[in-house]
Amino acid sequence: MTRVLAVLEQRDGRLRGVSAEVVSAAAALARDLGGEAEGIVLGGPGIEETVHAAQAFGARRIRVGSHEALAHYRPEGYAEALAGMIREGGTAAAVLFSATATGKDLAPRVAALLDLPLAQDVTGISGLGGRVRMVRPVYAGKANATIEHDAAPVLATIRPGAISAVEGISHAEIEPLSLALDPERWPTRRLSFEPEGGDIPDVSEAAIVVSGGRGLRDPANWAMLEELRAALGSEAGLGASRAVVDAGWRSHSEQVGQTGKTVAPRLYFAIGISGAVQHLAGMRTARTIVAVNRDRDAPIFRVADYGIVGDAFEVVPRLAAEIRARKES
Amino acid sequence: MKILVCVKRVPDTDTRIQISADGTTFDAAGVRFVMNPYDEFALEAALRLKESGRASEVTVVTLGDESAQETLRGALAVGADRGVLCRGVSGPDGLATAKILRSAVEAQGPDLVLAGVRSVDGDQEQVGPMLGTLLGWACATCVSEIEGGDGVLIAVREVEGGRERVQLTLPAVVTLTKGPFELRRPSLPGIMAAKKKPLEVREAEVVSPRVRVVALELPPARKEGRIVGEGPDAVPELVRLLRDEAGAL
Ligand SMILES: Cc1cc2nc3c(=O)[nH]c(=O)nc-3n(C[C@H](O)[C@H](O)[C@H](O)COP(=O)(O)OP(=O)(O)OC[C@H]3O[C@@H](n4cnc5c(N)ncnc54)[C@H](O)[C@@H]3O)c2cc1C
Repeated sequence: MTRVLAVLEQRDGRLRGVSAEVVSAAAALARDLGGEAEGIVLGGPGIEETVHAAQAFGARRIRVGSHEALAHYRPEGYAEALAGMIREGGTAAAVLFSATATGKDLAPRVAALLDLPLAQDVTGISGLGGRVRMVRPVYAGKANATIEHDAAPVLATIRPGAISAVEGISHAEIEPLSLALDPERWPTRRLSFEPEGGDIPDVSEAAIVVSGGRGLRDPANWAMLEELRAALGSEAGLGASRAVVDAGWRSHSEQVGQTGKTVAPRLYFAIGISGAVQHLAGMRTARTIVAVNRDRDAPIFRVADYGIVGDAFEVVPRLAAEIRARKES
Repeated sequence: MKILVCVKRVPDTDTRIQISADGTTFDAAGVRFVMNPYDEFALEAALRLKESGRASEVTVVTLGDESAQETLRGALAVGADRGVLCRGVSGPDGLATAKILRSAVEAQGPDLVLAGVRSVDGDQEQVGPMLGTLLGWACATCVSEIEGGDGVLIAVREVEGGRERVQLTLPAVVTLTKGPFELRRPSLPGIMAAKKKPLEVREAEVVSPRVRVVALELPPARKEGRIVGEGPDAVPELVRLLRDEAGAL
């Protein structure tokens, strides 16, 4: 039976939302290839409890590898444990990860351990005649490459937001597994984690993104964007253009674009952002793009689905108020 | 401490992409090439470690054809000490590239390898951690700041939702993203001095790539956008469209 493996991601013992997407992608690919999808998750003791959240997305079983040293992401331990779990049980047709900061750190290590090529940040994957084909953006999103790997399993990370999570009918069996690992040998050690952004989702994970650029003139004016973000609800995050990050108004963690984060939200607001190619590189795959800009000729209007030509200082507060009013009605 | 910085020659980020007649490759005719922007951050981080006295030498290495010498000279002009060109083909198989770079690392014997988190042509984001794994070294990716210590390195990683501080035992491979510092530009004396700095050319090991590009296409054009209106009066219509037409609210 052809197997497609999905590597689920957890943080602080909770399964991340992208995990449902990667299981769904694996299930769809397994259907194309006439096989079955299987999940793998690594974490600290008790992690089995949380994988129930992924049971309904089409995997046949979920193997859960637990070890005290894996409670937080540890690159060497995760790579070694995963490489072992992938080798077991015969060759799979593909192994899919999420293209998150963790997934993109982990997958290349697993690829090197298994001596297999890897495709990062895949936005489409399908199986035809037993072969796996992938589409991935290259040249900062200015072109799409369709690629094939001459090795099995095919390793890929799937861009968050690119493939929707689809609930299936299956109810995966959960198979716990305890791992033998030697953390003393690992040459990297996590010292601390400083969270940023409070309860607001990270720009790379937010379903809605409100981004601001130099047109906002001053960091104090972000209060206005924050107002709009809050009106849009808990799934909305904040983003920024490089110009404002370089000016020190906002943190680099919010930067969207070629030298910042790539985002694929359902809705993207570009407020006072000109729409330079390097900015577009990070957000052009957003499903719906809204631009607010004073300059009718700003390049952002060429990619925006909807635009308002006008002063952000007049438009944004009105927008926040209108969205609030509609939500309440 | 000796540092090796991996750099790559890539099309300028403003380049419009033209697809070759064969439909699978990028047409480089008339395109301006630059050092991969993320590699500039890696080089800057290396030069800062040298200036602070923690590194003794900064070598830049690239895999590419003869034209990549220009990129190496650019790095020498801002302060790198030596350049190494691995003459060969850098293709879409990151593991093949990492294997070639591993040979260069073994030949140079650095304590620390720095690279950009990704190159802006293939956007693969994989060569650094593959190289670290092949070497069996400590490795951290997507790092914005590093501090050197004795036999260890502290790196700040930019991850979703925050910043992670990790400690690496040297030797190590670190990939850089944009940091809090400004990049330096070459000065005329720097450019003159670069001409006299050593630049070694070695033939890259041949590793058969296992990734095939079946097609390269421009992304489907986004459907023609619409200016909903001017000023705040256009807001109610925008919200209606977002809700009823786009289903985005
Ligand atoms: C190698 C490289 C990498 C880069 N990476 C990135 C990246 O990752 N992300 C990124 O964003 N950029 C990146 N850039 C920079 C990019 O080229 C642009 O310089 C940057 O995106 C411009 O930011 P901006 O749109 O905020 O500012 P500007 O270009 O200054 O545009 C400001 C816009 O605001 C509008 N405006 C002004 N006042 C108002 C008002 N009151 N109301 C409404 N609109 C108003 C103006 O009409 C204008 O369109 C990169 C550049 C290079 C060379």
